[in-house]
Amino acid sequence: MTDHLDLLESHAIFILREVVAECERPVLLFSGGKDSAVLLHLAGKAFAPAALPFPVMHIDTGYNFPEVLEFRDRAVARHDARLIVASVEETIRQGKAADPGHLGSRNRIQTTTLLDAITENRFDAAFGGARRDEDKARAKERILSFRDAFGQWDPKAQRPELWQLYHGKVNEGEHLRAFPLSDWTELDIWQYIEREEMDLPSIYFAHERDVVLRDGMWLAIGDFVELRDGEVVEVRSVRYRTVGDANLTGAVLSDAATRSDIVAEVALANVSERGATRGDDKFSESAMEDRKREGYF
Amino acid sequence: MSFATKDLLRLATVGSVDDGKSTLIGRLLVDTRQLFDDQLDAVATASQNRGVGDLDLSFVTDGLRAEREQGITIDVAYRYASTPTRKFIIADCPGHVQYTRNMATGASTADLALVVLNVAHGIKEQTRRHLCIAALLGVRTAIIAINKMDAVDWSESTFRAVVDDVTALTTQLGFTSVTAIPVSALLGENVVDRSAHLEWYDGPTVLQALDAAPAGTWATSAGARLPIQRVLRQVGGGRTYAGMVAGAPLRDGDEVVLLPAGLTTTINAMQSGSGPRHAATAGLSIDVGLAHETDAGRGDMLATAPLPTVTKEFVATVCWFGDATVRAGQRLRLKHTTRLTPARLGAIEGSVDIATLSVTATETLTTNDIGLVTMQTADPLVVDDYQVNRVTGSFVLIDEVTNATVAAGMVGRASFL
Repeated sequence: MTDHLDLLESHAIFILREVVAECERPVLLFSGGKDSAVLLHLAGKAFAPAALPFPVMHIDTGYNFPEVLEFRDRAVARHDARLIVASVEETIRQGKAADPGHLGSRNRIQTTTLLDAITENRFDAAFGGARRDEDKARAKERILSFRDAFGQWDPKAQRPELWQLYHGKVNEGEHLRAFPLSDWTELDIWQYIEREEMDLPSIYFAHERDVVLRDGMWLAIGDFVELRDGEVVEVRSVRYRTVGDANLTGAVLSDAATRSDIVAEVALANVSERGATRGDDKFSESAMEDRKREGYF
Repeated sequence: MSFATKDLLRLATVGSVDDGKSTLIGRLLVDTRQLFDDQLDAVATASQNRGVGDLDLSFVTDGLRAEREQGITIDVAYRYASTPTRKFIIADCPGHVQYTRNMATGASTADLALVVLNVAHGIKEQTRRHLCIAALLGVRTAIIAINKMDAVDWSESTFRAVVDDVTALTTQLGFTSVTAIPVSALLGENVVDRSAHLEWYDGPTVLQALDAAPAGTWATSAGARLPIQRVLRQVGGGRTYAGMVAGAPLRDGDEVVLLPAGLTTTINAMQSGSGPRHAATAGLSIDVGLAHETDAGRGDMLATAPLPTVTKEFVATVCWFGDATVRAGQRLRLKHTTRLTPARLGAIEGSVDIATLSVTATETLTTNDIGLVTMQTADPLVVDDYQVNRVTGSFVLIDEVTNATVAAGMVGRASFL
């Protein structure tokens, strides 16, 4: 019996193989979050028993949950992959982007770091774990999404993309973003993680943490979030639904401690994962579209 | 609680601007509780900011700033819904003629067309064009939501008149399964919840019809096809051949022909992402071992009988997307299955007039033309007629300089042309 997970898995593997066949120098963007974990897992399957035919690249903002860095190194070692770390800190130090100051958002600067790393390494395709159900701008994006020599996405002039005839030819300096998980939803991701018994950063599972409620989000007090006047620290059972910068990513109250608990929780959720947990997406209706045009993930 | 085994149905929306396509999709998502509270809040805020009422459901699918500003859909928005037994991938397609390439993108992978018509206006030019493109792209099942029934006092006779017109067209276009449903997307009647105003109607709601429609690629009279994507070297020697199955199921032990070489061999091993298996249906990525040593590689195809055709020249129907006007002799690159080859437009027989479905002789093709052509390729291709196999019967044409995708092509010609 073939179910929807088999078909989603097959489609993603097909895309991974097509891009590797058609592009000269692909790279897989890896944040250590659940989507990039699934992507790396699928890449392992697509080329087994051989090693991955491309390196893995982490755009490191310096604001990492330690559990996520540990997972990154575990996953890279398991796949015997070559890891490239492109540092936002370094971009700031070189004066290529203004320093947002102590614990200021480095979200936007990631784009500069990413585009520079793509240019320096002459990558012509970058795999990402973005899904169309995450955001309304992403819902519009092709699976193979063309970027001009400045890394820009032009949403009004996307290449037609018919059937599963993914064509990966680009000219010097241009590149593609490839999104093998485009048609997966958050629930599909978790069902697949459960089915494959995948390893993930521990912060995805319910645990006790010192948190503070700020602007409707539960933020973990620690190196990246400092307590403000009048705020009260509480110890709550929380987990993370997404993993972004530790200074911007909120936790959700949850007792879901296992993969199957999380499948059940996600199936009943009332709030979207980005709405619940991401300070970076809350600015405007077009926040994601604007960042994507500039070359964001 | 079980969330297990669902099948997957891909659908594309078809319809004219202002007939309520985006509103219907929005309604479907809201009433099946696919939208989260914060997403609904964002739609409500956007609606109120633009003074279009409390909750304009069409904002659910319009994702780009230009789309919200102009109130039109430019590109396909993909949305996801599910019922206890089925996952839906919804391609909400644009209606304007200048965005035909985007409509075709959405329809090319669809199992089903969800057509939205305004009952007061019947079939408009754009809907006709849309339906024709969906049919060309091989969509055979249509659910037709006859919308805005509230505006005609829920009149059965008005509904019947529109249904007669549209079924005459869908029959001509070769649709094999057509379900017409009276709805009000605005009021949410007969989309997910049954209407209280339509005592004379006892058919399915839109959601019921979607749940009952056949999923997956159509049954095929031709054999199994495995276009080879990549050769995998196995530990301890030996190779397997990886690709996605198209057409009939492929089984371990099947006799297959390696094309275009013509070598007959047998499949002696098969595995997918979840391990070894005995058979694989269309849409599964697998890799297979062969009983004979071969030099098979990317671009070759394994096939079971009845076999496809090996050819360097064939008749095709093309949807032209490129901005430039082309003539016979135009050089291009062609991608078919996993093979990329230099190609040439051999001859242009004519272009299709959507209004009459007739073919007019022409020497040139330009943006949004549907042409009947002869293609010539440098390398031999392994093709089926598109009507028989959507994967081995389709190709795209690529500009040699800009790498733009300038046309979508289908081997052979549609039955209605």
